Amino acid sequence: MLKDLLIPQNANAFVSKLGDILVKAVDQPLGYAINWGRIWSLWPVHIETACCSVEFGAASGPRYDVERFGIIEAFGSLRQCDLVVVQGTITRKMAPRLRLVYDQMPDPKYVIAMGACAITGGLYFDSYNVLPGIDGVLPVDVYVPGCPPRPETLIQGCMLLQEKIKRMNIR
Amino acid sequence: MNANIPNKVKTDIDGDKDNEIEKHDVDLPELEKDIANKLTDKFDTKIKVIFIKKNRIKVDTNKNNILEIAKFINQNLKFDHVESVSGVDYPDQNEIEVVYHLGSYDPSISNQILALSTRTIRETTPHPGFDRTRLPSLRDIFYSVEFHERECFEMLGVYFENHPDNRRLLLPEDWADLPPLRKDFKIKGR
Amino acid sequence: MVLKLPPGIKLEKEDDKIMTLNVGPQHPGSGHMRIIVKIDGDYIVSCDPDPGYVHRGEEKMAEYRNYITNIPHLERPVIHDSCNILYPYCLGVEEILGIEVPERAKYVRVIASELNRCVYTLYWLAIYGIFLGHSTMFMWPAGDRELLIDLLEKLSGARVTHAYFVPGGVRNDMPANFEDVCLRQINYFEKRIKQYDSIFYSNPILKSRTINTGVLGKKDAIRLGSTGSVLRASGVDFDIRKKEPYDVYDNLDFQTNVLKSGDSYARSKLPWLDMLESCRIIRNALEKIPKSGSVRVKLKPNPKAGNVETYKRVESGRGSLGMHIISNGKPEPYRVKISVGSFRNLICLPYLLKGEKLGNMPSVYWSLNYWPVEADR
Repeated sequence: MLKDLLIPQNANAFVSKLGDILVKAVDQPLGYAINWGRIWSLWPVHIETACCSVEFGAASGPRYDVERFGIIEAFGSLRQCDLVVVQGTITRKMAPRLRLVYDQMPDPKYVIAMGACAITGGLYFDSYNVLPGIDGVLPVDVYVPGCPPRPETLIQGCMLLQEKIKRMNIR
Repeated sequence: MNANIPNKVKTDIDGDKDNEIEKHDVDLPELEKDIANKLTDKFDTKIKVIFIKKNRIKVDTNKNNILEIAKFINQNLKFDHVESVSGVDYPDQNEIEVVYHLGSYDPSISNQILALSTRTIRETTPHPGFDRTRLPSLRDIFYSVEFHERECFEMLGVYFENHPDNRRLLLPEDWADLPPLRKDFKIKGR
Repeated sequence: MVLKLPPGIKLEKEDDKIMTLNVGPQHPGSGHMRIIVKIDGDYIVSCDPDPGYVHRGEEKMAEYRNYITNIPHLERPVIHDSCNILYPYCLGVEEILGIEVPERAKYVRVIASELNRCVYTLYWLAIYGIFLGHSTMFMWPAGDRELLIDLLEKLSGARVTHAYFVPGGVRNDMPANFEDVCLRQINYFEKRIKQYDSIFYSNPILKSRTINTGVLGKKDAIRLGSTGSVLRASGVDFDIRKKEPYDVYDNLDFQTNVLKSGDSYARSKLPWLDMLESCRIIRNALEKIPKSGSVRVKLKPNPKAGNVETYKRVESGRGSLGMHIISNGKPEPYRVKISVGSFRNLICLPYLLKGEKLGNMPSVYWSLNYWPVEADR
């Protein structure tokens, strides 16, 4: 089959086919290694949006300690982060800023929607200044329900995200 | 205001803490009535006492007299800061009421709250800042009113004249709807 | 030459040396707000706080819910101090509905609100540690906080959003054996927070960063209408628990802490002193609490009040917290105005930061005992 392609007119197709074969050969082990690296270095960006940040703080505290799972506490510079934990309500004033923060982060980046407000608007479903969930602003990977979620729930959400990254295709 | 206050109300600021519990044995409306009387003596028809309750007095006044009355309250009655400024919309009476809750850190009257209310015209189609919904600002008298009045302006559309900084405070920059705390602003699904 | 600056940073004029800098909302030293500072070199020329990133319209929503269904969302502005923010609401609704609260409920309320004040202050202290780059001071309060959260969880069932206070008392009685557990925890907790003095308040680095920065004089504190720890750190003896005691605070034995210096150090130390005082109050209340009795007066399903208005205030972790409730004979309140300490203290920020170094901004800002979510409501 490959031999048929080996004529000057089909050089392009041949190269791409060869590439496919190469990727197939390397993808599995290399992708596993890269994903493994990503799993254990999830750095959340330091953007608090509402009151769920209290439980996020508690989760970084000594009792719950998300650092055990490779997620360090909120970090200052967004250029070195790859995780946005949307901690609660997104208001109309905050939404453009949140998107701006997300756009400035380098790939790959993941989003956790924490709390009922970030998922659907929650308690503030009829408020005039609150977005009904952040789906319209960011692509969400994991939803963590609760108002506010307990730190255990947040940790479980983070572990689900790690599970998801493990199965992701790196291309 | 020294003669009419019962002796139990001591005016010590840094003093011993043993006497402090005794301060609260004051009989109910003595002090409140005294404050209200001082106001009515001075301004008689310009002012209307709405209620006198324990630790709370509410007086109503016209917006033309509010500066004068606020100045008197600040200088003679020792009320030195504003606890809250709440705007209330009354569409039936076509008025917007603004209630200043004045408090004091003076030990003799620190348990008192004087609610000073005034009313202004309510426009059916508001154009905040450019219509007749205006009140004089109390910022020169009570400095602490600054952010409260900014909030009141965006929430109800009451423009405070002579306020140095009538910008938006809490709402998003692109807010173009009615001021949200007016009663004709309906929230989703209601 | 035309200077190329990153977005968000701009020069006033091309040849000017005063620069406008946006701090926040994504900044480790800002929280949920933006502070627009103008700096000349390292010194702040002027500062303009821009809150409102968490403005959720609580006051508007309260007009569409009745007196009971208002409880859960009115506590959301300060979920880690939820008992104290519901306190004035419950007091106000009780006044306009004419309800007398049982004696035992009053003591339970005091215990819950003092526990919650400690929970709030510890979280605030933990974040203050982060702001100053003091990691131990994040870990210690965040860990000790869990002890008190456990107590409150036993009491109400939820970690932070308790919704424990209802008009007419508290939602449920204390569980069996709560007094003993509470007393034991409080004794341990008091011993524990006394150690903060040696690691945090005697720390020479902390002292050099906070002493004599952001000094608020006594007269200015009164003029700006500041409240709570900011006011008491400036030498004004004002605590609503003493001056206008609600529930059973007049039966309890405690004192008001007042510091004279009015700088960031005093403002950061005062909530800690208040916590020690809270321990005293809780111990005292546990002694005096009636051993049995009801803790709640049941309301009618849809209580209505006449044409009345009330303004109630309590001393929360951030200072005076008042609620102005107007009712007009309907099951829903006509207007609920929440006047919070954070919002009132915000006016001090431009005043304090003027002439300060930019590096001192986080320490001054967070020492104002400011919780942005509450200020925006």
